Amino acid sequence: MPRNLVGIDALTRDKILYLLDMAREFELRPNRKLLDGRIVATLFFEPSTRTRLSFETAANRLGAKVIGFTDPKVTSSTKGETLKDTILMVGNYADVIVMRHYLEGAALYASEVSPVPVINAGDGAHQHPTQTMLDLYTIRQTQGTLENLNICLVGDLRYGRTVHSLLMAMRHFNPTFHFVAPPSLAMPDEYKEYCREYGIHYEEHEEFSEAIIAQSDILYMTRVQRERFSDLMEYERVKDVYILRRDMLREAKTNMRILHPLPRVNEIHVDVDDDPHAYYFQQARNGIYARQAIICDVLGLTLEDIRHD
Amino acid sequence: MTNETRMVAAIENGTVIDHIPSEKLFAIVRLLRLEELGRHKVFIGYNLDSQLMGSKSIIKVSDRYFTDAELNQLSVVAPNVTLCIIRGYKVTEKKRVALPDTLRGIVRCNNPKCITNNEPMPTLFHHTTGSQVLRCHYCDKEQNISEVKLI
Repeated sequence: MPRNLVGIDALTRDKILYLLDMAREFELRPNRKLLDGRIVATLFFEPSTRTRLSFETAANRLGAKVIGFTDPKVTSSTKGETLKDTILMVGNYADVIVMRHYLEGAALYASEVSPVPVINAGDGAHQHPTQTMLDLYTIRQTQGTLENLNICLVGDLRYGRTVHSLLMAMRHFNPTFHFVAPPSLAMPDEYKEYCREYGIHYEEHEEFSEAIIAQSDILYMTRVQRERFSDLMEYERVKDVYILRRDMLREAKTNMRILHPLPRVNEIHVDVDDDPHAYYFQQARNGIYARQAIICDVLGLTLEDIRHD
Repeated sequence: MTNETRMVAAIENGTVIDHIPSEKLFAIVRLLRLEELGRHKVFIGYNLDSQLMGSKSIIKVSDRYFTDAELNQLSVVAPNVTLCIIRGYKVTEKKRVALPDTLRGIVRCNNPKCITNNEPMPTLFHHTTGSQVLRCHYCDKEQNISEVKLI
């Protein structure tokens, strides 16, 4: 049975730390021919330019060749081909499949039928585990540890897949969360229940205040998207409330870093970009290292293989 | 045994499924694939009077014994049915059904964006003993057992 990465919840604490150690090796030296002669397929049933470029850069830096499609309109799925048939077909060609799909559970199903490893690059609103791995990598890189951190999540906590996965992955590391969101985009009950189940301390806030920022080690911003609102009056009311400006960072701790899964629209004012707390572009770069580690791991390469390369 | 239940022909050997809520009868016929049984004699009593339930239905299938896995599927739609195993016109065993830990290909996922609603594949649900919730193996969406829709 091939190794896969479908959901972040399947990773143990040890496995997470192991993958982060592996990613660290790639940060030190990204260009390695570990996958010379291998083929990575990137199947994007839904366009996602940043995620695709990140995976393709990771594969290229490992010396692998990349095949795939970037737009479902040009593939046979528009002719009615099933996902299973596409996966079995591409599984004949490639050594590993990286898949983005608009349907939830698509990655797990693909991993069940695929003859080669499958990496989930996002399946609808469900899971996006490589994003979580790069978030964890960035948190550890900037704080020196994942343990006992104060993490403030801001914006769309209801639909935001990245904040849900981050919350689940952090259960191993005794975090304190602050959830800052309007009531219409508040953290869903199932995730608050999850926090209680795993003893994760959290507080909820409607106001995005300097006092909360001042407590935080990580300030994780997300986009409040217009299309999430059925009531546009409500959108107009909250859209400017959850915007981070440089003057709100006066009391911030020196170790605090601002993260964002990108793309940013206006939720972080451009004047924050030059602030030493801003870290979202470095965070995106870490996606390469995290994905290099994940591609190597599903193909059976170990941390030792990489250290001795 | 009430007179009405007796009206449904007695069988020499086979399985009797009693105390079916009448509105669930045809769902159970589908779940057991009775139309595919071929030469087996099947007797169905529909809308019979029941002191316990008001209206009930009963199915008798001759010369066919179902596996526990087949019978446990019934618990999704009718958790309180009674099963009687008949040998030589006598009830040799009485059983209740229990919801299994996994349900494959029976229940539809109520998430329209779930892969199982968009790909020709069997659904799969997980159930924890004692809980009233089914969780989709693929998209993780949970639904209450009382609200399930069958495939």
